[in-house]
Amino acid sequence: MAMKSLPEMGGSKTTSATSAEAEVFSLSASVAEMEAMAKKLRRHIVTMVGKAGSGHPGGSLSAVEIVTALYFKLLHHKPLDPQWPDRDRFILSKGHAAPLLYAVLAECGYFPVKELLTLRQMDSRLQGHTDRTITPGVEMSSGSLGQGLSFALGAALAGRIDGQGYRVYVLLGDGECNEGQVWEAAMATSHYNVDSLTAVVDNNGQQIDGWNCDVMGLDPFAGKWQAFGWKVIEVDGHSIPRLIEAFKEAQKVKGQPTVIIAHTVKGKGVSFMENNPDFHGTAPNNMELELALKELE
Amino acid sequence: MEGVSVREAYGKALLELGMENHDVVVLDADLSRSTMTAFFAREFPERFFECGIAEQNMIGIAAGMAASGKIPFASTFAVFIPGRCFDQVRMSIAQPGLNVKLVTTHGGLSVGEDGTSHQSIEDLSLICSLPGFNVIVPADAIETTEAVKAAAATLGPFYIRLCRPKLPLVYGEDYQFKLGKAVTMKQGGDATIIAIGLMVRAALEAARELEREGIYCRVLNMSTLKPIDEAAIVQAAAETGAIVTAEEHLQHGGLGSLVAQVVAQNKPVPMEFIAIKDTYAKSGKPSELLERYGLTEKDIERGVKSALKRKR
Repeated sequence: MAMKSLPEMGGSKTTSATSAEAEVFSLSASVAEMEAMAKKLRRHIVTMVGKAGSGHPGGSLSAVEIVTALYFKLLHHKPLDPQWPDRDRFILSKGHAAPLLYAVLAECGYFPVKELLTLRQMDSRLQGHTDRTITPGVEMSSGSLGQGLSFALGAALAGRIDGQGYRVYVLLGDGECNEGQVWEAAMATSHYNVDSLTAVVDNNGQQIDGWNCDVMGLDPFAGKWQAFGWKVIEVDGHSIPRLIEAFKEAQKVKGQPTVIIAHTVKGKGVSFMENNPDFHGTAPNNMELELALKELE
Repeated sequence: MEGVSVREAYGKALLELGMENHDVVVLDADLSRSTMTAFFAREFPERFFECGIAEQNMIGIAAGMAASGKIPFASTFAVFIPGRCFDQVRMSIAQPGLNVKLVTTHGGLSVGEDGTSHQSIEDLSLICSLPGFNVIVPADAIETTEAVKAAAATLGPFYIRLCRPKLPLVYGEDYQFKLGKAVTMKQGGDATIIAIGLMVRAALEAARELEREGIYCRVLNMSTLKPIDEAAIVQAAAETGAIVTAEEHLQHGGLGSLVAQVVAQNKPVPMEFIAIKDTYAKSGKPSELLERYGLTEKDIERGVKSALKRKR
C-alpha cells in the first residue's frame, strides 16, 4: 500500500522554483489512494471550518471526490510554480467551497498543510472566499456566485489564441446556476465551440434556503445545458472512477464544451451534515467536530 | 458639435495596438460599430470576441483572458459598464487588480436623443469607488489616442470614458498624456476651473469670456480622475483661492466630489460644481440637454463668479 507516497507527491516544500525547475505533479495515484485522500480532505475541511468557527462545510464536502480526481488524476500542474503558463486551470466558481480548494492545494504542496488552520483569520492567506492575489494555486477570486464560467471561458480562449494545449475546468454549484451570468457564459462557450473547457456542477440539490426545487427549480437541468449546446455527462459525483471516466470522455469531445453533472450529497461523509442545509454555511461546534472526525476515521 | 470623433480615435488606436502587440485582444457586447472596435475586428478577427448583449459575461471573459496574460480591451456604452455589471467589475477585475481595459463610449448626457436609459451619468462615481482602478476621461481625440496607449502600456485595470459626439481638438499632435497628471490648459490667478471630457472645451471658452471682464481663470484638464492629481488641486486652491469643477456627470461621486475631498482636506477654498444635479434627464439634442441641465460655458462662468463672491 503506497499511501505514504501521497504527501511526497507535492510534499510540504513551498520554496519557489522556476518553471523549468518545478516538476509537474505526479498523477500516478491509485483509486484507493485517492479515496483515502478524499477522506483526508474531509477531515481537513471540518477541522479548519470548525477551528475558524465559520465557513461552508456542506458544499465543500459534496465536491471532495470531484476535486480529488482533478488534482490527483487529471490536472497538469506544478505546485511549486502555480503560474506555470501551460498548466491546466481549475477554477472554483462556487467560492464558498474554499476550504476544499485550500485542503487539496495544501495536500498537493502549494503551501504547508498546517497553514490550513489559519483559515479566515486576520492576515491568513486563506480567506473566507478565494482570493487569487494571495493564495498560491488559486486561479480566481470568487465568492460572488455566477462569475466562474465566464472567467474560465476567458482563460480557455486565451489559450486557444496562442495554441496552448491546456484545459480549463470550472466547478459550479447547482444553486449557483440560478445566476443569469452562468447562462450567458454557457451560451458563449458553445458559440465559440470551446472544447478545452469542462464545467462540473456539484449537483448536491441544496442551496442556502433549502432544496433547489423549492428555492428555484432547475429542471430539466441536463436539458438546459443541452439546449445551450453542451455535451452533458451525468455521473455519481462521489465515485472517483466514474468521475475520472467522465473527465476523460469530456477530453475526447470536439467542437463543443462538456458539462459533467455530478450527483452529490451536500455534507457528504458526515452523517448529521448530509442533506442538511443548516450546514451550508455553519461551522460545527466542538462536539460536532469531534463526532465528524470520528465518522471520518 | 464640430470636431473629431473620440470613438474613431479609440478604434484607430486599437488597430495600432493590435499590430504592435499580439497580446492585445478586444471584446464587445454587440455595439462594435458604435464603439468603433469594429476596426480591430475586421483586421484581427482571431483576437476579437463578440460577446453579444451580455455584459456580465464579457467582463468575466476579459478577466479570465487577463489572468492568462492577454491585454483585453472590453467596450460597450458607458451606461452598461460599470452599471450593468458592477459586481463582475468589482470581483473579477478590481479585487484581483487584473490587467483589463474597459473603454466605454456614449458617456454622459451628450448621447442625446436616446434619453435616460442611455445617458450614463453615474458611471464615474461607480468606477471611482473601486480600489485600484485607473479612470480617464479624455478631452479630445488626441488625448483619447494617448490615453488608450497609456492604458495598454500600464499594468492594471483601466476605465476610459468617451462620449458620442465629435469634439473640437484642445490639443496639438505633439500632446503627451501623463497618467495621473492634470494638464494646465490656461494659466490664471483668480480662480481655477477643473474640467473633464467635453467640459474642458467649455471651461476654456468660459475662461476666455471671463477674461473680458478682468477675471483670470486657470483651467486644468483633470483627465485622469483616478489616481487624481492632488498636488495640482492643492496648488490651484492655494494660488487661486477658488475652484469650479465641470463634468458631464451627476454632482455626486464624480470629479466634483473627488476634487472637493482633496480641497477640504488640504486647502479649503470656495467651490462650485458644474454637474447634473440629483436628477435624470430626458431626450433631446446634445446641445439642448447640456443647456437644460446646466453644463454650458455660461454655467461655468456663473459658477466662477459665485465662487469668487465667497473668496476671502
